[in-house]
Amino acid sequence: MALSGGVDSSVAAAELLDAGHEVVGITMRLWGGDSDTGCCSVADVDDARRVAQQLGIDHLVFNFTEDFDRQVVQPYVDAHRVGITPNPCIECNRHLKFDRLAERADLLGFDAVATGHHARIVTVDGVHFVARGADPAKDQSYVVHMLPQRELARTLFPIGHLTKAEVRVKATALGLRTAAKPDSQDVCFITHVGGRPAFLGSRIPFRSADVVDATDGTVLGRTDAVELVTLGQRRGVGLVGGGPKRYVVGIDHDAAVVRVGDEAMLDRTEQVVGSLVWAHCPVEGPVRVQCSAHGTAHPSTLEIRGDEVVVHWASPQRVVSPGQSMVFYDATDERVLGGGIAR
Amino acid sequence: MRSTYLDHAATTPMHPEAVAAMLPYLTEQFANPSGSHRRAREARTAVDDARDVVAGLLGCAPGEVIFTGGGTEADNTAVLGAAEATGGTVLCPAAEHHAVLAAVEHVGGHTVRCDAAGAVDLEALEAALRADPNVGVVSVMAVNNEVGTVTDLAAVAAVVRRHAPRAVLHTDAVQAPCWLDLRQVTPLVDMLSLSAHKFGGPKGVGVLVARAGVPFRPLIIGGGQERERRSGTHNVGGIVAASVALALTDAARAGELMRLAALRDRLVDGIRAELDGVHETVPRAGKVAGSAHLCIEGVENEALLFLLDEAGVSASAASACAAGAMEPSHVLAAMGVPRHLGLGALRLTLGRTTTEEDVSAGIASVVAAVRRLRRGAAS
Repeated sequence: MALSGGVDSSVAAAELLDAGHEVVGITMRLWGGDSDTGCCSVADVDDARRVAQQLGIDHLVFNFTEDFDRQVVQPYVDAHRVGITPNPCIECNRHLKFDRLAERADLLGFDAVATGHHARIVTVDGVHFVARGADPAKDQSYVVHMLPQRELARTLFPIGHLTKAEVRVKATALGLRTAAKPDSQDVCFITHVGGRPAFLGSRIPFRSADVVDATDGTVLGRTDAVELVTLGQRRGVGLVGGGPKRYVVGIDHDAAVVRVGDEAMLDRTEQVVGSLVWAHCPVEGPVRVQCSAHGTAHPSTLEIRGDEVVVHWASPQRVVSPGQSMVFYDATDERVLGGGIAR
Repeated sequence: MRSTYLDHAATTPMHPEAVAAMLPYLTEQFANPSGSHRRAREARTAVDDARDVVAGLLGCAPGEVIFTGGGTEADNTAVLGAAEATGGTVLCPAAEHHAVLAAVEHVGGHTVRCDAAGAVDLEALEAALRADPNVGVVSVMAVNNEVGTVTDLAAVAAVVRRHAPRAVLHTDAVQAPCWLDLRQVTPLVDMLSLSAHKFGGPKGVGVLVARAGVPFRPLIIGGGQERERRSGTHNVGGIVAASVALALTDAARAGELMRLAALRDRLVDGIRAELDGVHETVPRAGKVAGSAHLCIEGVENEALLFLLDEAGVSASAASACAAGAMEPSHVLAAMGVPRHLGLGALRLTLGRTTTEEDVSAGIASVVAAVRRLRRGAAS
């Protein structure tokens, strides 16, 4: 049981015990640097250990900081260098929670790896799928969408059938110290104080860029770091206030040019997705596609084109920044069929 | 399940006699030794007697013995206190315990290169002393806590006295009492640190020897106990127990050295006879009798420790961070041990309660766990 020190994994461990499993709590130490987001902190490990003690299970801490740095932090930094905005939490799930931890669990003789994600696993005709958790507001199927059959077969999401409110009620009933703990948010290795500028600024050189009118090319201003600009951004690109709202509608990273324009210029009728993973087999036709952790899954049609997929939106949708994960749900918006990364 | 304790360098069980000796001071003889009444005087006598015993075993004067709240406090007091009083540069080898290393870093000191066994490189130390005429403190551990290497402190002292005659020489001797006659060690240095729980005393009690006239400022100030060198109410029971444990350790040392060296040899040889790719991190000749340190190819020590724990074997790898995760060892890094070998580092340390059966169980458990991990990694 991956114990983060939060309420979800605390209750998940209790649920596993209730179901008669033999449980060992594992806290992964991932980030060795500064953090103020409450993830990976010593205080969280303390909470995880105290919960384990209360539940009467063993608790261990595994140091995966080097793997985390190599497979999550470095790629995150490198991607920004070339103008791509990845989702590090998904890469952490992909490489750490469901790969490194699962591999370690295998080696040590465990049958399954459980996490406190708000997601479910459903099996249809012998095929496993990630499905949405019971709480629509907290559903995390998006961030665990990439699990292959091999992992799904030995993964447990013990609280996927519960709402967050139910999780907290159970935690309170069990007297768990984490019952009222706030949800963790944000990227664990980026501090609130410094934000992305401080984190990336200490690792890659920033290049300044002209901010131009997307329609006529007029130079409107200048921004200090093209690496920090994202599509759809409205503030912080060095434009004076007043006038019509302007959005970043295009970034030419190589030429260091940021184009701004009307919100409507962000709309797209299709979006190309690469680095595909499929729950079972490649899928074409009508699906719903979700482009952020808690976004809405919009109706669309998938068309496979080589090793990429083209998402044809039923109605125009805002452009997705390259590097963001796009997850394909079935037409009823319940099961994950696959996903990939926006090109 | 059989419990096999092979982590005596982390802490070793208390001598039953030491437990018995401290109990009265936790019950009826509870008085504060700094008081001015009959009961306080009785407690004060117990502390003074303990100080005499410890001084005798260390080969120093009673007035040079300061009781502290543990080994880390003793190390911190020596390094920080002498650094402040001398105002000079602070040096220590790169493989010191963090109780010294962190203090040295705190005052902006420097580390000195180590040799392949983890002992300070004497040429590097000499070069560092020659390069800086203002060295105020040199702190060199007597026995390395991870790999068990014994430092030639006489040679270290000779180098320091020759090139920095005014520098304070401190040794962290926390791992030494079970293996070295401290009467031979103390005269070589100006300051020396001990921790009672490493030799069968209680946790939370340490000893700092400070030679008369050695410049240092106290770390803990207040009521002026310990001749104003360490304030705070005396831990009377703990101090008494520490003195009893040190006396018992000293009396048993010669016999234990023989017995535990033989057990350690059987443990290491037994594991190596069954498994390929098991390296002794440092040669046995240069290390203490109760320490086995192995680098095992093809395993990660977090996984190995888990399986050993499952088999009832308490062992250790490197030091753990504040969160409890295994950290890559700075000692192995200082020794130049290749990374892939350091990942499979395993420390098995023997002590007073270690038996032939413990060694047999240790061999069987390590062999089984390593085979299982290697099989798993190969599949």
